[in-house]
Amino acid sequence: MSEELVLEVKGIDKSFPGTKALSGVNFQLRKGEIHAVVGENGAGKSTLMNVIDGVYTPDAGQIFINGRPVEIKDPLAAQRLGIGFVHQEIALCPDVTVAENLYMASINASKAWLVNYRELYAKTARALESLHPIEAHKKVGELSISNQQVVEIAKALTLDCRILILDEPTAVLTESETEALFDIMKKLRDQGISIIYISHRMAEVFGQCDRVSVLRDGQYIGTYEVAQTTSTAVVNKMVGREIGDLYPKKAGPPAPDAEVLLQVRGFTNQGRFHDISFELFKGEILGFSGLVGAGRSELAKAICGLYPKKSGELIFKGRPLEVRSYEDAIGQGIVYLTEDRKTEGLFLEMPISNNIAAMDLRQVSTRGLIDGRRIQALANRLSAKLNIKYHSLLQLVSSLSGGNQQKVLIAKLLSINPAVIIMDEPTRGIDVGAKSEIHRLLRELAGQGIGVIMISSELPEVIGMCDRVLVMHEGRPCDIISGDQITEERIIQLASGMCV
Amino acid sequence: MDSVGTVQTEKYTNANNFFKAIRGFREGTLILIILAVCIIMSFVSPYFFTWPNLKAILLSFSTEGIVVVGMTLILVVGGFDLSVGSVMCLAMVIGGKLFLLGVNPWLASLIGIAVCSLIGLIMGVFVTKVGLNFFITTLAFMGIARGLCFVITQGTPLSLFALPKAFKFIGQGTIYSIPFTIFIFGIIVVASDYLMRKSSLARKVFYTGSNEKAAIFSGIKTHRVKIVTCILCSTLAGLAGIIYMSRFGASIPGFGIGLELNAISAVVIGGASLTGGVGTVLGSILGIALLQTITGSMVLLDVSPYWQDLIRGGILLGAVSLDHIRHTRKRS
Repeated sequence: MSEELVLEVKGIDKSFPGTKALSGVNFQLRKGEIHAVVGENGAGKSTLMNVIDGVYTPDAGQIFINGRPVEIKDPLAAQRLGIGFVHQEIALCPDVTVAENLYMASINASKAWLVNYRELYAKTARALESLHPIEAHKKVGELSISNQQVVEIAKALTLDCRILILDEPTAVLTESETEALFDIMKKLRDQGISIIYISHRMAEVFGQCDRVSVLRDGQYIGTYEVAQTTSTAVVNKMVGREIGDLYPKKAGPPAPDAEVLLQVRGFTNQGRFHDISFELFKGEILGFSGLVGAGRSELAKAICGLYPKKSGELIFKGRPLEVRSYEDAIGQGIVYLTEDRKTEGLFLEMPISNNIAAMDLRQVSTRGLIDGRRIQALANRLSAKLNIKYHSLLQLVSSLSGGNQQKVLIAKLLSINPAVIIMDEPTRGIDVGAKSEIHRLLRELAGQGIGVIMISSELPEVIGMCDRVLVMHEGRPCDIISGDQITEERIIQLASGMCV
Repeated sequence: MDSVGTVQTEKYTNANNFFKAIRGFREGTLILIILAVCIIMSFVSPYFFTWPNLKAILLSFSTEGIVVVGMTLILVVGGFDLSVGSVMCLAMVIGGKLFLLGVNPWLASLIGIAVCSLIGLIMGVFVTKVGLNFFITTLAFMGIARGLCFVITQGTPLSLFALPKAFKFIGQGTIYSIPFTIFIFGIIVVASDYLMRKSSLARKVFYTGSNEKAAIFSGIKTHRVKIVTCILCSTLAGLAGIIYMSRFGASIPGFGIGLELNAISAVVIGGASLTGGVGTVLGSILGIALLQTITGSMVLLDVSPYWQDLIRGGILLGAVSLDHIRHTRKRS
């Protein structure tokens, strides 16, 4: 393999309000190699790729293409420098033919009034021949996801791409499609194209890639020859963190005679989650862990009637419970905290008090009419309990900080005195102080006998908070671990499918 | 997995694009429905298959059809235009008013159409550069253009009996007893259908409507594409207004109210999607043909005109629901 560097990134810093996403990151890409970039969720992989693609402008640092310093101000500029980025969400025109999608840029640049379809289809057939045969006149929306990816890759190649970034391309593919993609990747590598391959799957990294770079917490940890390292070593590099006493004391494993609050049996929805069973004991915090897309949120929503399930049953306090809609779940005191508080959770342009009271209006009504004083009383009680900081309860929720918004959302759920509370990423995007307050609150709720299920993509949080953890991989349950078994290494192993 | 030989791909030539569209589900079904309505009507009413009746139906949709062509473009780019009825009327009013003020009628008409193009430009700028949505922008200009019509005419129709014969020929003349308007309409439909399939400008309209981000990353200036589409749509509406002015020999400030909904219905029945990226001129024209055939039939059957809107609404709802159900089935 040649030592020629096609891309070099030096000392990249990038901050977003509240977080430092990248700090002093270095990265080198050789000509004609498949280079994996790995790291936990939030380690900075996507940010780094977006910097290389010109979506984000770095705060500091330099990028060199073929040894020449460049400034990449937008994705179009990146394209001109020979960088092609195949995103997880397909960025093609679904209503337009494969051929036109492939050559959109040249149709745009051409001076001709009319599009020469005969030539276009012939060119397309030639371009796709070496990758994977796809009918040139088919509409992209009619293709399978894997073929759409092939079209995206081919499109990048028609633009003279020398550096191809693939962001978790196999996450949506079946096994045989994955194999076909690997063949294409190898062909391209042999043509001298360099591929940056982002993946969570160690098996793929070690089966297909030449080198691997590890990021952790926005920092560059190192680059290793795949042949000279092991997956365990790489996982250790990805984790390598000490967890202190940031978290409240755990309840410990459930006693043998602990009361089962909620029992889930054989929950299945084709393609999202498959045959999932578990028990939730009174007073414990149960974690759902897994990679993004493992089906955690869908499972949680299905328990509450917010997402369809094909089969499976729910047993609540010893009795079968049929949940047809979220209303049924709320009626039994099973509530769900959304992972996206701004679009799914809060009424941003309404006051704090109305947000807190929104879940059960009968509670704050007298003779069918809403009573302002009862709303105030409820809001006062819960905002004090949650330590929400505000000037007035009539303040709009949109004016609060992320942490306080999250507390308002939790207060809303607590307003109906829930028996089971399912929290999807309860501390996403909030500051450290509010985070540990929410952690303490969760533990307190569990101590009061409420069943708490927590979904988090942040491993230290899962490890620090949960008494037991259900780890999922591509919709399937891997294992439920508890006590000393709950370690980052174990969870990553299970979540990346190394157990199966 | 899809697989196809190069040979088959090359056999796919330009000419069969058109025939493929006719055989395509939407257009084919529409033609069948229209034929069915015609056959039923010919049994019910002996007057249906007479030339005067067919001519009346053709004439009634040919002018509106010009507006429908513009509306197709704007739906494909992912928008819609509520102002077409008012803008069409504005061209008619400005043309008529200038003519009464002594301006040559051809020049007066050109100025009327140019004002419409300008309105299209302004709407395009509001949609792209200011960032308002199509609904609000075109709703506002629906009001503004209509208001201008009433201000200019002071609310009374302008009588234009003095229009020269050559000018009246546009809307009233016939060639071999076929109204001249139908020729104008035919040329616009054939040309625009061809251009929508082949010209690189029109293809950019499809790309922008289908996935604006993908279009931007292919270097397409999508703002410019949207503005040009708005201009074309308003200009075609203006042209229709001038044809009406010539046909009626008058400028009527309240003319064209409700046209926008009719035009959008026709385009949607013709297979376009309100989310953009899909639509053909041929389909839209068949859509308006269906609506007008049914309206014409109702007149022959002596159905009270009060029923017409209700039936049109029903057709729209039925056509779109069927299509939606078909699509969701296909995807799942």
